[in-house]
Amino acid sequence: MSMLHIVNKSALDRNSLETCVNHTVKGASIILIEDAVYSAMKNTASTSLVEGAMKDVSVAVLGPDLKARGISEEKLIDGVTVVDYAGFVELTTKNDSVQSWL
Amino acid sequence: MSEVKKFLYVNRKAPYGTIYAWESLEVVLIGAAFDQDVALAFIDDGVYQLVKGQDTNEIGMKNFSPTYSALGDYDINKIYVEKESLEARGLTIDDLQHLVWEDEDEDWAEKDSIKVVSAAEMAEIMDQSEVVLSF
Repeated sequence: MSMLHIVNKSALDRNSLETCVNHTVKGASIILIEDAVYSAMKNTASTSLVEGAMKDVSVAVLGPDLKARGISEEKLIDGVTVVDYAGFVELTTKNDSVQSWL
Repeated sequence: MSEVKKFLYVNRKAPYGTIYAWESLEVVLIGAAFDQDVALAFIDDGVYQLVKGQDTNEIGMKNFSPTYSALGDYDINKIYVEKESLEARGLTIDDLQHLVWEDEDEDWAEKDSIKVVSAAEMAEIMDQSEVVLSF
């Protein structure tokens, strides 16, 4: 079974990303949307959390939400995939199930 | 007009994910009409509000970030950004919009509105404020 985890809160404001990371199994995927896109950035207080997670799970970030917030792709952690809305839909269909961490 | 009070608007939320950032900006602009001594503080995720290059075309929301550059025209030129908050988010002042105001006492010289301050300095700024509004 593979699960897509959707996170939409800033990791420096809420603990949803941390709890999500602690409840993922190998082979799962995480997509960062809305205020969670800041968590895809390098050199932040939450970068090590995401880098640690990426040993076992793949991490994607929603491009339109990055653009809205003025975060350019060169600020992102290496290995994080930027997807558009179609890519988001593809992730939901590619995985067996979806969990939203509100 | 009654006495002038020192107002401080404290911004701690990222833009777009919640309505706080936009609401704060609206209240600041409305409040600017009342000739008070206004200062803005950006701490925690609030520093994201001032990041330059925001483009909301693909998310179907209004990009309100250009409005920050109008604050100088409303005599709002004390914009404090917390250093520790920037650092925790991998940001520097170069990632933020360049906000300026014109000083009429110095032949309309253009001056920077944003001042990066430490948490300790921010605590002093808060302590000196008479009215604090949090967003």
